[in-house]
Amino acid sequence: MSRIKATFASLELAGRRALIPFITAGDPNPDQTLPLMRALVAGGADIIELGVPFSDPMADGPTIQRASERALLHGVSLRNVLAMVAAFRQENAKTPVVLMGYANPVEAYGLDGFARDAETAGVDGVLIVDYPPEECAEYAHTLKDAGLDPIFLLAPTSSARRFEQVASLGSGYIYYVSLTGVTGAGHLDLEDVASRIPQIRAKVGMPVGVGFGIRDAASAVRIASVADAVVIGSRIIEEIESSPEGEAPARVQTFLSSIRAAMDATTVVNAPQ
Amino acid sequence: MQDMSYKLPDANGHFGPYGGIFVAETLMPALAQLREAYAEAQADPAFLAEFTSELKHYVGRPSPIYHAKRWSSLLGGAQIYLKREDLNHTGAHKINNCIGQALLARRMGKKRVIAETGAGQHGVATATIAARYGMECVVYMGSEDIRRQAANVYRMKLLGAKVVPVESGSKTLKDALNEAMRDWVTNVADTYYIIGTVAGPHPYPMMVRDFQSVIGEECIEQMPEMIHRQPDAVIACVGGGSNAIGIFYPYIQFSEVKLIGVEAAGLGVETGKHSASLTAGSPGVLHGNRTYLLQDENGQIIETHSISAGLDYPGVGPEHAWLKDIGRAEYVTITDDEALKAFHDLCHLEGIIPALESSHALAYAAKLAPTLPVGQVLLVNLSGRGDKDMHTVAEKSGIVF
Repeated sequence: MSRIKATFASLELAGRRALIPFITAGDPNPDQTLPLMRALVAGGADIIELGVPFSDPMADGPTIQRASERALLHGVSLRNVLAMVAAFRQENAKTPVVLMGYANPVEAYGLDGFARDAETAGVDGVLIVDYPPEECAEYAHTLKDAGLDPIFLLAPTSSARRFEQVASLGSGYIYYVSLTGVTGAGHLDLEDVASRIPQIRAKVGMPVGVGFGIRDAASAVRIASVADAVVIGSRIIEEIESSPEGEAPARVQTFLSSIRAAMDATTVVNAPQ
Repeated sequence: MQDMSYKLPDANGHFGPYGGIFVAETLMPALAQLREAYAEAQADPAFLAEFTSELKHYVGRPSPIYHAKRWSSLLGGAQIYLKREDLNHTGAHKINNCIGQALLARRMGKKRVIAETGAGQHGVATATIAARYGMECVVYMGSEDIRRQAANVYRMKLLGAKVVPVESGSKTLKDALNEAMRDWVTNVADTYYIIGTVAGPHPYPMMVRDFQSVIGEECIEQMPEMIHRQPDAVIACVGGGSNAIGIFYPYIQFSEVKLIGVEAAGLGVETGKHSASLTAGSPGVLHGNRTYLLQDENGQIIETHSISAGLDYPGVGPEHAWLKDIGRAEYVTITDDEALKAFHDLCHLEGIIPALESSHALAYAAKLAPTLPVGQVLLVNLSGRGDKDMHTVAEKSGIVF
């Protein structure tokens, strides 16, 4: 069983929902990534989404773009990101790591080599933001053959046909983008999310994580009451950005622990049927 | 010889391995809606009639073709003819596409249009047409380009547009495109994104090409009236590649007509400070399509350089990538200095001040003409006028005004 599958299975048994924080690898500098990943685990992360920096992050808002730019100032490449994951795996065999990024660095690396090296490094899943299902059948199969989960996005505007495509190509979990906009945007339509998640779960047969617009314990708890996983990105990057040098891991851990505590306090009561 | 077999892109927007739709899921429905609306508009004679009428009465089409006799005889060799897109309203070919897309936006009920711009020509054309149709207009422009193109920024403001400076990345055209895309994904319900070149996700490369093909279609009528045949070669500058595809596309079927795209070599391709994606780049994915890109070994997009802001782009339209691979078009480069010389020559010898972008195509024609017999004909797309470049050229020549 893949690490991602095992993680969701044990969470379900415990009546808990997954907490999935996002950081950009190499932000604020490459030496901080491993301490930050440790801090995320200590703060209650079930899965870590690790951003691969890209020069033109078209689907991200200013916060994650700045994180990408900081990492690129240090020349962080996809190869470096895989080395960071390998270092994390030396000390943590349990927490799944999902790489999130854009198509071009992966294509420049070479798809076959990337899938092989990512698996060797201990990566569990990959989400390429600008690879919609119609453009990436080969990519999805190559990842699966290497034992990695290709993770796809669904949006409030996704069609029924899209559910089917994602069900056949994807594995691991679905990342439901809870609003139209870029990462870091403010508003969240909980009613839409609540009505969509059961449909998606039924159609695609995978756990559904919700991201975009989750900024505090209250919104995390609301999302946790309807979804299998809560994804938090920009808010954590802001924490890193505003931390004095060297204090980011501690501040991120404190922030994430508060979310975890709030989620667990509520979701145990609302355990899945 | 006419070869009618070229029918691209396919239904998913592919030109061979290039093009396609590489965007986040949140943009997919907007693109699907756009594809449907464009397909309907294309099949509607009333839409096409309005487009044609606007081109005639508002833009001043057809634009003439001019025989640059003095320049040609001085160069000695092939005769150079200029397709005068510089005489269009707003001073460049960009307006053709803006009218087409703005009519489409109106048809789709969108009240707000946004655009990215490099040199400012597409921004000015978009602001112009937004004023003409009473639409709200926001133009994204890299702060570096805002500095280089102050006159065009002021023109856009005069026309009622809001110009938003983009401070991210290299602060040029590619970053403006990223920012416009972000605006679109956030405001997709009431906003139409007018992309200015043949890049972006499908259907943009196809749609912009279709609206710009009026350039080549006119040439196919006009050249026989002037020389009783089609030219031997058609030459156009290529940044994103919209003026080039506009004049090339109708000529693809004329297999005896050579198609030559001219990229910006900047300080020289060997220096790394250039914008020659087709000549020195490699295939990758950027801004919603697969095409040739200027990128480093890690797949990061690298900063480009050209004296002309309109060519300063690290990608190129996917159809050009395909035309290069199949050998139907040839792509060459011209440096900043060569373009500047052609700029001055055209001013002095023909009384025409060309845009620095178009000066790249002119410079290549000037290089090629002396190597060919006098009876040969080169048709150059003079895609824009150079008023906007006064400041850059003066600075280069050490003149302050």
